[in-house]
Amino acid sequence: MSIFVDENTKVVYQGLTGSQGRYYGLLNRDYGTQVVAGTNPRKAGTDVDGVPIFATVADAVDATGATASCIFIPAPGVHDAVLEAAEGGVEFVVAITEGVPAHDEARLYNRLRRDFPNVQLLGPNCPGIISPGRCNIGITAGHIALPGGPVGIVSRSGTLTYQALYELKEKDIGCTTCVGIGGDPVPGTSFIDCLEAFEADPETKAVMMIGEIGGSAEEEAATFIRDHMTKPVAAYVAGVTAPPGKKMGHAGAIVSGGKGTADAKMAALREAGALVGQNPTEAGELMAEIVASL
Amino acid sequence: MDLFEYQGKQFFAGYGMPVSDGEVAFTVDEAVAAAERLGMPVMVKAQVHTGGRGKAGGVKFAATVDDVREHAGNILGLDISGHVVGRVWIEKASDIAEEYYASFTLDRSAKKHLGMLSVEGGVEIEAVAEENPDAIAKIWVDTIDGLDEGTARQWVAAAGLSDAAVEGTVVILQQLYRAYVEGDADLVEVNPLILTDDGRVHVLDAKVTLDGNSTFRHESYAAYDETQPRDERETAAHAKGLQYVGLDGSVGVIANGAGLAMSTVDVVNQVGGSPANFLDIGGGANADVMAGALEVINNDPAVRSIFINIFGGITRGEEVANGIVEALDRVDIGAPIVIRLDGTNADEGRAILEPHLSDSLQMAPDMLSAARRAVELAGATEETGA
Repeated sequence: MSIFVDENTKVVYQGLTGSQGRYYGLLNRDYGTQVVAGTNPRKAGTDVDGVPIFATVADAVDATGATASCIFIPAPGVHDAVLEAAEGGVEFVVAITEGVPAHDEARLYNRLRRDFPNVQLLGPNCPGIISPGRCNIGITAGHIALPGGPVGIVSRSGTLTYQALYELKEKDIGCTTCVGIGGDPVPGTSFIDCLEAFEADPETKAVMMIGEIGGSAEEEAATFIRDHMTKPVAAYVAGVTAPPGKKMGHAGAIVSGGKGTADAKMAALREAGALVGQNPTEAGELMAEIVASL
Repeated sequence: MDLFEYQGKQFFAGYGMPVSDGEVAFTVDEAVAAAERLGMPVMVKAQVHTGGRGKAGGVKFAATVDDVREHAGNILGLDISGHVVGRVWIEKASDIAEEYYASFTLDRSAKKHLGMLSVEGGVEIEAVAEENPDAIAKIWVDTIDGLDEGTARQWVAAAGLSDAAVEGTVVILQQLYRAYVEGDADLVEVNPLILTDDGRVHVLDAKVTLDGNSTFRHESYAAYDETQPRDERETAAHAKGLQYVGLDGSVGVIANGAGLAMSTVDVVNQVGGSPANFLDIGGGANADVMAGALEVINNDPAVRSIFINIFGGITRGEEVANGIVEALDRVDIGAPIVIRLDGTNADEGRAILEPHLSDSLQMAPDMLSAARRAVELAGATEETGA
């Protein structure tokens, strides 16, 4: 099993007619994802390499039975695009776009909780989600991931996620699902959402978690791990040496007022029983030890 | 984006908040002329993107024009925690009866806006939070419902402000919330918010951080971007659209992806080195971007070696390798380079780099060994250069 998506997930791409949307949408289809539709109000009735384009997500859902959406449209339109997807009837929305204002994300988060409690938003500013061999939504290179489990991965960073998948594959360790929650201040899906799903997923036997500086999501995840996780967790947190007050590439990756340091996050995770690596390679090795002992 | 105090006050004034009349001055003469236009007495206030101005002697009361001349002369050029004062704000002095504190920021874990209001203004809120946390009245505002007058009134009552300050503060808090939300701010802070001798509630200081992601709907923010504190290296990188943060060390770092770049900086430190910078060139790594990144690193005189750490995802190893080779042709690099190339088609990429390898362009099989090599080279070039 996998979390959030599987081989039956049917995806509509908002922004499939744009260059990024087309490139990754078709790559996702090549991987085996059910890419059933795209949307663009000005190009309804046309197609992108055989994928039909509809005016709205609602039309696409009606015609194709899409259950998830993937958003590649520019940042100014992401807030409305996510709501369009939720109103259109999909239950899982992946927003790849980076550069979405934090106030838009905060409004979106609460709007979804209030009016669309069954809709799960992943991102914005995330690489997407891959369940190797079943479904790949977003910009992860499918071939760096080995199918089958037993490891679930959740990460705030794109390239470090790829690195984790790759290192596990090199060690011949498979992955059930790999979720990139993104590096923004208000992600739609949290570490805890993913840990909870992995804990409930019988195929996932261990979880790899990759965090970074800023906010308190890793500390909150640590509390969840301590109180609710029976499955072992290996973790890594990037940004140990980041200077305070500087955004390290990601909008959410900033140490401010002495809060959000990598040291505090690693300490919290260690206290919760997670094995914490000092660098991605060490975290991969710790995960290999966990898998060998399962 | 951090605003100077005067920019913050102009930003607040746009939402109707009461601020003092004032003018910004870059020279002593401009400061004197501004004071003469405004009328004495005035305050002379250093404009810097850091706290602790008062303690550093950056905020002075001036009763006469001669005072203005003296204070502006002392403050312009003053170094406050590494920030050299380039401009002062001259504003009409206020009679202060009481000092309060008010702010809004996003509470990332609650996913709501956190408002803080305190009768203990004029001092750092972190100190109040530590010593007398009960003196801070907090509210969490739902991002959809917003802040209505009734809630603002209850909040002011909870904070225990003087009766004379209640009505004015209720209005200002709603204006402050509007400025925060409509202005796409990460932080708005008024410290102190004052009650004047004649019973007015007034904004005496302004600290505003705006969300750089929101500039598409705020054309005027381009002016703020120009006044951001950046060193020469950061200015050059910013002009090329690169995600760059200057650090103090000798190993130049280039990586693709924010997390990997942060991790690379960490690993350089872990093996005993000291990174010169954080630089994220994004998911791809084409020749143009790589050349731009190398130029920025190359212009940093502190750099003794360069560590390029690339993980190929969708971007394949051979594309990355071709980009690096082409970039090296375009830029004349002073320091030796260590490359770690992994991920998709890494073998193909390494094969492309192979014929170009030399003492000044080396390759390492993984992140740790590459970091060690780059740190060794930084030490070695430092010795031979001495």
